[in-house]
Amino acid sequence: MKPQGVYGIMAEFDNPTALVNATRAVYDKGYRKVDAYSPFPIEELSDVLHLHKNKLPLIVLVGGILGGLTGYLLQYWITVWYFPINVGGRPLHSWPSYIIITFELTILFGCISAVLGMLALCGLPMPYHPAFNVPRFATASRDRFFLCVEATDPLFDTQKTSGLLESLEPKEVSEVAH
Amino acid sequence: MIAQAFNFDISDSLREGLQKRRRRAGLVGIVGVILLVIGLLTSSAQFYRSYLWAYIFFLGITGGSLSWLMLQHLTGGAWGVVIRRPAEAAARTLPLLVVLFIPVIFGISSLYPWSHPDLVAKDEILRHKQVFLTTPFWLLRAAVILAGLAFLGLRLNRWSVMEDQGSPVAGRKMSSLSAVGLIFWSFAVTFLSIDWVMSLNEHWFSTMFGLLFMIGQGLSGIAFLITIMVLLSQTRPMAEILTPRHLHDLGKFMLACTMVWAYFSFSQWLIIWAGNLPEEIPWYVERLRGGWQYVALLLIFGHFALPFALLLSRDLKRNFTLLRRIAIFVLCMRIVDVYWLVTPDASKSGLAPSWVDLGAVLGLGGIWLAYFFRQLEKRPLMPINNPELVEALEHGR
Repeated sequence: MKPQGVYGIMAEFDNPTALVNATRAVYDKGYRKVDAYSPFPIEELSDVLHLHKNKLPLIVLVGGILGGLTGYLLQYWITVWYFPINVGGRPLHSWPSYIIITFELTILFGCISAVLGMLALCGLPMPYHPAFNVPRFATASRDRFFLCVEATDPLFDTQKTSGLLESLEPKEVSEVAH
Repeated sequence: MIAQAFNFDISDSLREGLQKRRRRAGLVGIVGVILLVIGLLTSSAQFYRSYLWAYIFFLGITGGSLSWLMLQHLTGGAWGVVIRRPAEAAARTLPLLVVLFIPVIFGISSLYPWSHPDLVAKDEILRHKQVFLTTPFWLLRAAVILAGLAFLGLRLNRWSVMEDQGSPVAGRKMSSLSAVGLIFWSFAVTFLSIDWVMSLNEHWFSTMFGLLFMIGQGLSGIAFLITIMVLLSQTRPMAEILTPRHLHDLGKFMLACTMVWAYFSFSQWLIIWAGNLPEEIPWYVERLRGGWQYVALLLIFGHFALPFALLLSRDLKRNFTLLRRIAIFVLCMRIVDVYWLVTPDASKSGLAPSWVDLGAVLGLGGIWLAYFFRQLEKRPLMPINNPELVEALEHGR
């Protein structure tokens, strides 16, 4: 049964180990549209949620290469084409002196792509998120740990999913309204 | 307790493996020494420059391992507990390196232009450098450098044994000594780079040279430690201890060192290229002709570009076999880099590798490795009373 108006089922835990174990159990059952919320980063969560593979490294790589090209071509354009000056008899295209700016712009563009790419992949800024419809969810930024199985998951079924989460010894299981 | 679930003693199969490797290394060492002796009898100049090159490289691995050991004592952290014992074993080879330095002393007049009074008398710049570059003062500095490093290595090892026996103060003592020790190490490496390598060229100077040698030692050290860790992980007890996460941490350090090496090398080149001064430029001119330019290109691609691109990958840093291959490759590039730094000035000719070079690497390397493996099998593979042992064992589990 796939009900309308339900975002997902959320379970609350009072320690990070329980959350990691529960997440692993849910993932092993075949659920993929799963998200976990905790007050601080938990490295193991990324492993059990299989979050290490995402597009961010590729975005940063492309950003960095674009930055390097921008830096190099900018200097080439100025010193060779737009405003050529003879400096100490060196060739106009003196690549060693270009390297510093090229390097710096690689870093700059790489960093900017990392920040913007992270925001974009996270879907931020996000003024509304259904998770906040669960009243106790405010404690996710204090001392509680939450696991949410979303309704968009093909395996999602209100009864069965709730049952699975109940079996993982949570503090509380609640339905998340849209 | 997780620590009780492990047995850190060296297993019989590992001991057998280490002894087999020790014998093999010793055999290679003997072949190398025979080549070296023939080299000394046929051409002593060739012998001394081959020997100095190989010596600088193997001292680099040892000094680098010592610096990683001291860094671990200072900063703590789960990444370093696993490499403590191999790094300590490498530090215990320093007395051997003190002994192996003796041939370099005999080679002073063959290697260094400042040791010839007639040359100094003719050369104004060398006359001004004479305050610093005299044989007695040079020997005194060499003694301080080697004795200091050996003292650090042995003292840290002695306290490490006390820690194993349950001494509550040994840990604090080791971190205090490491703070002083790292400062001493940076001065020692700076001075040895100037005395033993830079002064091969009578006029050239670079303030970046010491830093270049420090990062060179650091990179040699971490690449060697990764190689040894993966080797140890093939048998118990390290097979149960080492996780991909430990290796990932070490791989990140190797990537960082590769980048810093490139950064320092390029900085030195850029400043000298931009200055274009007659007392600085010849050093690079010498290294960019007569065959040496291909070695320089090899360094740009092999020492920097290729390891850098490969080590960016997270999966690769967590793959034991692949990371070990890269670490060995990096070590090969390190020895080429030291060759490029030392030999052009010592030989004053184009690139002309000699069979004595091979003898020096095999001889010094074989003896050093055999001694290292002997040291490695002496103690349990983990510091059993380290306060961070449990954290290190749970790292990535």
